[in-house]
Amino acid sequence: MSAAAKSNDLYKWLAALALAIIIPVLFAGSYSLGLITETLIFAIAAMSLDLLMGYGGLVSFGHAAFFGLGAYGTVLLAVKLGFSVWLSALCGISVATVAAAAIGFFCVRMTGVAFLMLTLAFAQLIFSVGVKWRAIGGSDGIGGLVKPDLFLWSLADPLTMYLFTLAIFALVLVAMRRLIASQFGHALVGIRENETRMRAMGFATQQIRLVAFILAGFFGSIGGTLYALYNGFVSPDALSWGMSGMLLLMVVLGGAGSLMGPAIGAGVFLLMKHFVSSHTQHWLLVVGVIFVGCVMFFRQGIWGMLKRQAGGSAP
Amino acid sequence: MDLILTQTLNGLVYGVLLFLLASGLSLIFGLMGVVNLAHGSFFMLGAFCGLSVIKLTGSFWWALLLAPIAVAMVAIVIEVFFLRPTYARGKLDQVLLTFGFSFILTDLTESIWGREMFGLDEPDLLDRSVEIFGSIFPLYRLALLGFGIFIAIVLWLFIEKTRAGAMVRAGVDDAHTAMGIGLNVPLLLTATFASGAALAALAGVVAGPLLNVFSGMDVEVLIPAFIVIVIGGMGSLKGSLVGSLVIGMADTFGKAYMPELSMFLIYLAMIVILLVRPHGLFGHQSASM
Repeated sequence: MSAAAKSNDLYKWLAALALAIIIPVLFAGSYSLGLITETLIFAIAAMSLDLLMGYGGLVSFGHAAFFGLGAYGTVLLAVKLGFSVWLSALCGISVATVAAAAIGFFCVRMTGVAFLMLTLAFAQLIFSVGVKWRAIGGSDGIGGLVKPDLFLWSLADPLTMYLFTLAIFALVLVAMRRLIASQFGHALVGIRENETRMRAMGFATQQIRLVAFILAGFFGSIGGTLYALYNGFVSPDALSWGMSGMLLLMVVLGGAGSLMGPAIGAGVFLLMKHFVSSHTQHWLLVVGVIFVGCVMFFRQGIWGMLKRQAGGSAP
Repeated sequence: MDLILTQTLNGLVYGVLLFLLASGLSLIFGLMGVVNLAHGSFFMLGAFCGLSVIKLTGSFWWALLLAPIAVAMVAIVIEVFFLRPTYARGKLDQVLLTFGFSFILTDLTESIWGREMFGLDEPDLLDRSVEIFGSIFPLYRLALLGFGIFIAIVLWLFIEKTRAGAMVRAGVDDAHTAMGIGLNVPLLLTATFASGAALAALAGVVAGPLLNVFSGMDVEVLIPAFIVIVIGGMGSLKGSLVGSLVIGMADTFGKAYMPELSMFLIYLAMIVILLVRPHGLFGHQSASM
C-alpha cells in the first residue's frame, strides 16, 4: 500500500470515528444509545473470535468462556471482595487471559471438529462451575455492581458508557488490525492455509496458534468486562454455549476473516434481534434462516458482499 | 439399598435414551463427518409429534411408529437440500448449518405446540409397578430398558450381518474407496441421516412419559449425547452403547450424591478422553475427528 493510500485510509478511519462520536451524541435517545453500546461490546467479542475463526481457521464453540470469565471476574471481585471496579476489570481480563493460555495449551493440539469439541467441553466445564457454585451466585448470577467513575464522569450515564466503549472498541480494532498485518498475522493465515508447509518452513505452528488463542481470549474478555460494566450484573448465560453460538453467528453473518465483518455482523444481529423480537415471536426462526442462508449462499458474509460490490466498481 | 437399586434403574434408563440418540449421532459422524447439532431437535420433534399422535389416536404405540417416520422425513429434506451441497466444502459448514436448523426447528416447535410443558402418558399396558426382590419398580422403566437392549441388538445385527450394514461400515472406514467400488454413497448418507433422526425421534417418544416435553428439551440432551460419542468413539456402535450406559449411570448417581460436582466431572472426563484418545474408547482410528 502506498503512503498516499495509507494516509487516505487514515482519514477515512478518522472520519468514521468522528461520525461515531458525533451522531449518537447529537441524535440518539438513551435507549438507542444503549443498543449501539451493546453492539460495540459484542463487536469486540465477535472480532476476537474472528481472530481464531477467520484468520486461524479454528472454529471455537467455547468462546463464551473468556467473555464470561472477564465479566465474572469484574463483578465478583468488585461486589464480593470490595475491589475497585477498575482493578476488578483488570483482574477479570488477566484471569481470562491466563485461562485462555491454559485451555489453549490443550486445544491448539487439535484442529477442525476436534478443536470445536474440545473448546466446547472446556467452556461447559467453566459454565458448570458458574451454574453450580452457590457462592458466586449459581444459576441466578450476581448483581449489584456499582458503575464506576471515569475521571469526572460516571459510567452510569449512558453517554459516558457509550463513549468509553467506543474508545475501547477503537483501541481493540487498531490493535487487532496491527496484529493481523504483522508477521504473526501472516503466519497465522499461512498455517490456516497449509500447516505442513508452514512447519516445513520452520514456523512453530502450534505456538503461533496458541498465541492466537490467548489473544482471542484476551480481547474476548475485554468484551465480557465491558458487558459486565454495562449491565451491572453477570449470570451463567455469559458463559453458556448459547453465548458462544451467538458470537459464532455474528462472525458468520458479517463474514469471517475480515474483522470489520464480525463487527458489522454483531450490529446487524442485535438490531434485528431488537426489531424482530418487538414485531413477531419468530426471532429464532429468523436467526436460523439467516444462519442457514449465510452458510449456503453468503459464505463471505455481509462484509464480503459489500467488498465484492465495491471491488466491482474500482478493481 | 432400595435407593441404590432405583438409582441404578434410572441410570440405565437414561443410558438407554442416550444410546438411542448417540448411536444415530455417532453413525452420522462416522459416515458423513457431520457434527449434527440438530440432533437434539430431532429428539424434541419426536416427542412433540408423539404428543400429537397420542392426542389424535389415543395410542402410545401409534406414536412410537409414526413420530419417527415424520421426523425422518424432515431429516431427509435437510440432508438432501441443505447438507448435500456443502459436503465438498469441509466439515465446519455442516456444523454451522445444523446449528441454524436447531434454531429453525425450535421455532417451528414453539409455533405448532406452544411453549408450555407437556408430558406424555405411559401406555396403559405398562402403567403399573412390579415387585422384584422385594423392591417396587415402575414397569414402564423396566420395559424401556428391555426396549433399549432390543434396539441395540437390532442395530448390531443390521450393521454386522446385513448387506446395507456392510455398506455403512465400508463408508465409515473409507468413504472414497466405498464410492470408488460403486456404492451409492449419497443414498447411503441420506438413509443414515434419516435413520439417525428416526432413532432420535424414537428416543423422544419413549422419553415423553419420563421427562418434560417442552421447547428446550433438545439442548438438555444434545450435549450429553455428544459426551457419549466423544467417550465411546465416533462411528462405533459399541462405543455408543458403553458410553451411554457410563454417562447415564454417572449422571444419575452424580446428581444424587454430589450434585455440585457431577456436571464438572463429566465434562472433565470428556476433555481427558478428547486429549488422550481422540478416537474415543472404542472408536476406529480412521473415524477420529
